[in-house]
Amino acid sequence: MIVELRNPTRTVEFDEAMSVAKLLNRLKVDRGSVLVICDGTLVPYDSKLAADAVVEIRNVISGGAA
Amino acid sequence: MKCRVCRGPAVIDLKRHNANFCGEHFLRFCNSQVEKAIGEYDMFTKEDKLLVAVSGGKDSLAVWAILIELGYQADGLYIGLGIGDYSDISGQYAKDFAEARDLNLHVVDLVEEYGYDVPNGSKAAKRVPCSACGMSKRHIFDRVALEHGYDVLVTGHNLDDEAAVLFGNVLHWQTDYLARQHPVLPERDGMPRKVKPLVRLDEREMAAYCVVSGIDYMLDECPMSAGNSHLRYKDALNLVEQNSPGTKQAFFHKFLSQGAPFFADAGEEARAELGTCATCGGPTPNDVCAFCRLVERAGGQPVKLTRAPARS
Ligand code: SF4
Ligand SMILES: [Zn+2]
Ligand SMILES: [Zn+2]
Repeated sequence: MIVELRNPTRTVEFDEAMSVAKLLNRLKVDRGSVLVICDGTLVPYDSKLAADAVVEIRNVISGGAA
Repeated sequence: MKCRVCRGPAVIDLKRHNANFCGEHFLRFCNSQVEKAIGEYDMFTKEDKLLVAVSGGKDSLAVWAILIELGYQADGLYIGLGIGDYSDISGQYAKDFAEARDLNLHVVDLVEEYGYDVPNGSKAAKRVPCSACGMSKRHIFDRVALEHGYDVLVTGHNLDDEAAVLFGNVLHWQTDYLARQHPVLPERDGMPRKVKPLVRLDEREMAAYCVVSGIDYMLDECPMSAGNSHLRYKDALNLVEQNSPGTKQAFFHKFLSQGAPFFADAGEEARAELGTCATCGGPTPNDVCAFCRLVERAGGQPVKLTRAPARS
């Protein structure tokens, strides 16, 4: 599967299918700070991502102080 | 994972509510949290004219969408801050959002109307960019609200923003800031009321609201925000939240119900010291307000606050 991350923008690839929870664990990403989007839809942490899925991990923490 | 309401497949899990929702019921959940905040803090009514400060980011576009959905009269205000590509692109998101929904968006450009941008203004005034930026935005919010007769200024500050600001104010025991930290700042000397209808929703929920409802928003961060203390406070609170979901919500909302009354006196004192700026007419404890001094140092031109004729 192809996983797109931001800040900094990068792509990570995995060969096998896995759940969102496992993917976030592998990438050491806190699930409270991101959304996982597959084919334009949000996917919850227990859903299974196919080996050929294209997945976006979107950070949700913004930095503006005012 | 199943939706708490309809038992259909869920798209999001909200740990702090111990609940999962499908797309439709998640959007309804967000709308109801906003309505609850509006009622709980007596923010405004359907008769009020609202001006929503929009940056092109998730929170401000989402709050505007929700208010329209709930039947409020809400126009938008976008301020071009002159922060390179970031400003150009975020402005486009705000304009596209308004155009697609046939909403009224006011646009004010800092460079065109005041003669400086945030990077140069902050250098000239020897302030950190977010301080110069916040000061400029607050002045322009007041100005546009007064000129066009808006009763209430709405911002997209969410629970994470408010908890991080509270954390910073507590770490430094800023009692005057603690006194002012409330989802509603009342109108004063003709300046509009300021409200934060998203205080019951967190950042992840707002980003999810945009994804589920198809709102395109600016994903890149403002380049000025890198490494600022606000982000560090958010990180610290998120660490606690990971192990104890609901901590941020309790921290902020219990401050409002139980902590804030202890700081009311500090707020009264600060308010009593406020006079009127000789240059722009805005509120200030000095002869000339900090914003007008910033404009002067940055080599720009101040603009006087003028009021729209009273509505009948
Ligand atoms: S991060 Fe700071 S400089 Fe950038 S828009 Fe937000 S307040 Fe302004
Ligand atoms: Zn449902
Ligand atoms: Zn002034």
